[in-house]
Parts: sequence; structure tokens; C-alpha cells
Amino acid sequence: MRILDLTEFNYRAISRQRMRSTMLLIAIAIGVLAINLLTGIGEGGKQFVLGEFDVLGKNVLIVIPGKKETTGGMPPLTGETTRDLTLGDAEAILRLPNVSAVAPLIPGEVEISAGALSRNALTFGTSAAFFSIRQLSVAQGRALPQTAMDDARPVCVIGSKLRRELFGNGRVLGQWLRAGDRRFRVIGVIQDRGQSMGFDMSDAIVIPVASAQTLFNTEGLFRIFVEVRALETMDTSRQRIIDLLRERHDGEEDVTLITQDSLLSAFTDILDTMTLAVAGIAGISMLVAGILIMNVTLISVSQRTREIGLLKALGTPARTVRLIFLSEAALIALVGGLAGLAISELALLGAHWVYPSVPFATPNWARAGSLLIAIATALLFAALPAQKAAKMAPVDALLDKKAGQG
Amino acid sequence: MIELQQLCRNFQVGDQSVHALDHLDLVIDQGEYLSVMGPSGSGKSTLLNMLGLLDRPTSGEYLFNGRATSTLTEEQSATLRREHIGFVFQSYHLVPRLTARENIELPMVLASVPGKKRKQAVDEILTRLDLTDRAEHVPNQLSGGQRQRVAIGRAILMRPQLLLADEPTGNLDSKSGQEVIRLLEELNGEGITLLVVTHDEAMGSRASRRLHMVDGKIARDWETGNR
Repeated sequence: MRILDLTEFNYRAISRQRMRSTMLLIAIAIGVLAINLLTGIGEGGKQFVLGEFDVLGKNVLIVIPGKKETTGGMPPLTGETTRDLTLGDAEAILRLPNVSAVAPLIPGEVEISAGALSRNALTFGTSAAFFSIRQLSVAQGRALPQTAMDDARPVCVIGSKLRRELFGNGRVLGQWLRAGDRRFRVIGVIQDRGQSMGFDMSDAIVIPVASAQTLFNTEGLFRIFVEVRALETMDTSRQRIIDLLRERHDGEEDVTLITQDSLLSAFTDILDTMTLAVAGIAGISMLVAGILIMNVTLISVSQRTREIGLLKALGTPARTVRLIFLSEAALIALVGGLAGLAISELALLGAHWVYPSVPFATPNWARAGSLLIAIATALLFAALPAQKAAKMAPVDALLDKKAGQG
Repeated sequence: MIELQQLCRNFQVGDQSVHALDHLDLVIDQGEYLSVMGPSGSGKSTLLNMLGLLDRPTSGEYLFNGRATSTLTEEQSATLRREHIGFVFQSYHLVPRLTARENIELPMVLASVPGKKRKQAVDEILTRLDLTDRAEHVPNQLSGGQRQRVAIGRAILMRPQLLLADEPTGNLDSKSGQEVIRLLEELNGEGITLLVVTHDEAMGSRASRRLHMVDGKIARDWETGNR
């Protein structure tokens, strides 16, 4: 039988049993939808997280004050044991071998004003190295100057959005703005790059860390970013930093070090678990669809017994009869699968519209895979009924009493 | 063209073995017109199914065009049926979802004949059977006589050598029945071997050769001298 004739023959048979075919179509569509939607969301989340951490180079360590102890023991009587991370600590880390750059960070939010315009903005107190470590570049002017960390110069680099809102399209370099109770001269504008680790840098202002210390009236650093010269020395550098800070903090280990790898592996674990859950859901929905396919095809074979007898009398070999019923199931699976795929693409498009920063998209392997699984399921579960049809004795099939006369 | 040698077909009914065909010998030449009559259960339909390669003998041999059929594979006998044998059933056996044209076309569709050639062949048959204006109707919208004409059109589409008709007028009024018989005899006149199983003495007596079956055996086999 030619493929077009077969498809038309299948289509006529399918469309005659609208109710049953629709049920099957829905079951398969749901299965394919589940696979695509969940992998799309999972993959979007994964890409989002990976993208965020990719900004942080593989050779960057983050030092966080305080240490979460999970091993138990007596709680300290003084209650507070953590010491602040200081600029002295940052400078000491920079003097370690293999450390190429150190960027302290004090974040905060202050009111920024220029002329009559004012608004609140995220403020980062840091050093010149921050730009290279976080892969920020300037669109205009220059980054923070390479000076000693305790040099509280009144200069700032601002995000593009802030620039637009405070200065419009006018001149910005060399202009003064007020942050809290202090004045800063704008020396650069940050190149737009969207979000970075959840912060929108286009809406932020970057000032020298010493200026931030006086602005926020604090000694302690929120984070220290450490860039290691060579990736292979990551582990030794990590240990050296811990040793150094323990020494500087009266023998107490009260800092936590984070690497990109440790963060990513935690996320990857979560994402892998999610993928397994997706596979499970997909498997169950396909199994349900498969059993439905088997039953519907069995009913179809039994109702069309006389037709099968006729086909055989007309000289149709068993393999063609089998092909007719298999392709019927496959056709329903293909149409249902495509419908499920289309719905999932639309839903992900909607999700992307609501959350523009997350790249929701089903990978191509999942798209193709879900369709293949749907068709394979259909073929697998239709195989038994189709075989039953193929094996029917023509005489018995022609004389079938169950079906009406045609 | 057809030769049956000591052909037996047994059916198992409970513990008993029933001889539907009992050591049958029969020779049919190309172009013959046979009618088969006999009481119910005498093996008429079994003989027809056997000749149509729809059933396999328990023992004995069936030679079709000199070729032994007992060793044919399922696929080979399907091919023989497709190319050489046409069936006309009492209950028409039309596919209800297909139009008259599509029902007639079905054997060629199954045989992968190209569309253009198909259309030409079907058009010819529709014209010949006077069904052109009913071509796009489904069986439900056709009268019994029209349905049987569609079924005959389907049976002769592949230009078979042998046309097997099982009670072709059994569900028809006498006028439609007459038309169908005339059509079948016309086809026989063109060289198709025609074998009709019937209960109707008037119809049976029109054949040039008559078989009378009793208990799985041919009790009488005689020429009528018609034509």
C-alpha cells in the first residue's frame, strides 16, 4: 500500500471513531506536553542558574564572614563569635601567592540625587578588581581607579539605567551626584549586560570600598571575591586563605569559602533530581496512553473484523493488515504528540514572557524524544491487537456475527 | 484452470469431526458458468472459500492454473487472490465509511496501483455498471441492488479469471436480483469463470453446468445445455 493511500485510509478510519480517537489524542498530547513542559522549565532554570554563575569565573572564591557549624557542640557563651571581615583581611589575602586579584564588597541602598532628581539605588563599595572578576566593562569613561583599598576617593561608576534617569541624555562624565550625605564624581558608566547574580547592574552605583565604609558607617565586609591565578591551585589557595584568616582571627575558623563548583554541584543535584521526576511523570503518562492505545486498537480490530476479512479476501497479505492497524495508532500518536508539543511551546513562550530573564525552552532532544516515545509507545501497545488482526482467518473474519452488515 | 483432488475439509465441533468437504474431485475449465446448490450444511460455502483460497484443505490438493496451492505461503495465496480471484458476497461487504468509488477502488489501493491508472479503471467500471452518478455516495445511501453492483465492480476491478459469488441475490428483490444476474452472466460472456452458490432454483438453472452437493460430496454434476 502506498504511504499516502495508507494515511488516507487511516485518517478515514480514525475520523469515523471521533470520540475514541479524541480520547487517545488527548492522552498522548498530555504525555508529550508533560515531557516538554517539564524539561523546558527544568532546562530554563538550569540555563538561568548556570548563566548566573558563569559570570563568576571558575577560578573565583567567595569569602563569607561567619561559619555555619553543623557538627553540634556547645554553643559559644558569648553568643557572637564571628569577627568582621576587614580590609586588612582582604589586603592580606591579596599578598598570598597565586592570588591575582581581590575585590571586597559592601552592598547597600542609599538615596542618589543629581540636581533635582533623586532615587534609591543599589550601591556597591568595592575595588577596581571587582570589574574584572565580575566581568563588567564600562561603556563610557573608566572603571574605579587602581588604588589602595583604604583610599576613600569620591568617585563612582553608575549603571546605564541610573544614568538615563538622573542625567537623561546629557553629559555625565565629570558630573557630581549625591549619595546619602556624600558627594561623588561620575567617572564611568557600566556596560549593560542584564542581571548578574540577581542584581541589576544597570540600576546600581559602584564606589570605592573605603567610601562605602564611611557612607554606611561599617567596618565589616559583606564578601571578599578572590581570583586565583591558576585553576589547579584552587584547593591549595582555598586552604591558605582559611589558614590565613584563622591566624588573623585569633585562631578561630569563622569564615566560609564558596567556589563556583560547590555551588553548581548543589544546583546540578537538584536539577538532576528534577529531571528524574520528569522522566517518571512522562513514563507514567505514556504508560497510561499506551494501555489506552492497546484497548482502543483491540476494540477497533474487533469492530472491524468483517473489514479485515474483506481486506484479506481482496488479497491483502497479513503484514499489510498489521501495517494498517499499526500506522493508525502511530498516526494518532503523531498528531497527539504534535498537539502536545505545540501547547507546550506556547506555554513556555508565555512563561518566558512573564519571566523574561529565564530562558525557558525545551531542548531539541526532548522535543524529538517525546515524539519518538509517543510513537514508539503507540507501536508497542498496538502491536498485539495488530497482530491479532493480521492472524485472523479470512473465512471467520468475513462471517463475524458481532458487527453489522456493510 | 481449477482441479480439486480428493479434497477434504474437516471441522472440529466438540468431540466430533465434521466433514464439510469429503474427498472431493472437481475440474473447472476457464470460462465455465457453474451454479452450486444443495441443502444447508452440504459444504457449498466451504467449497467456495476453498476455491477462493480463503480456507485451507485438511487433506487433498487444489491446483490453481496447474499450481499446487497447499504449499503456498500466506502472502503467496494473498497475491493469487488479489490478481486472479474476485468475490461477491450476499451481504456485499462494503466498507461503510468509503464512497462507492472508493469501495470499488480499494483492491487497487491495496495493491499500490498509481492514482491515475486507478481513476481510469474505476471510471470505466462506474460507467459500465451505471453507477457514475452514485459514485460519491456511501453504502448507506445506496439501494441493495446498487450496493451489490458496487461489490461486483470491486470484484472485477483487477480483471480476475475467477469470480466467486455466494448467494449474490440473497438480499435483493427480484428485479435487482435479475439485474445482478444479468451483469454476472455478461461478465462470464467476456471470459470470466463464474461460480455461483445459490438457493434459488431459477437462478441455479441458468448456469451451463450445475453441481448439487450433499454432505460434503458432489451428488450430481451435469451440463444443462444452456447457451
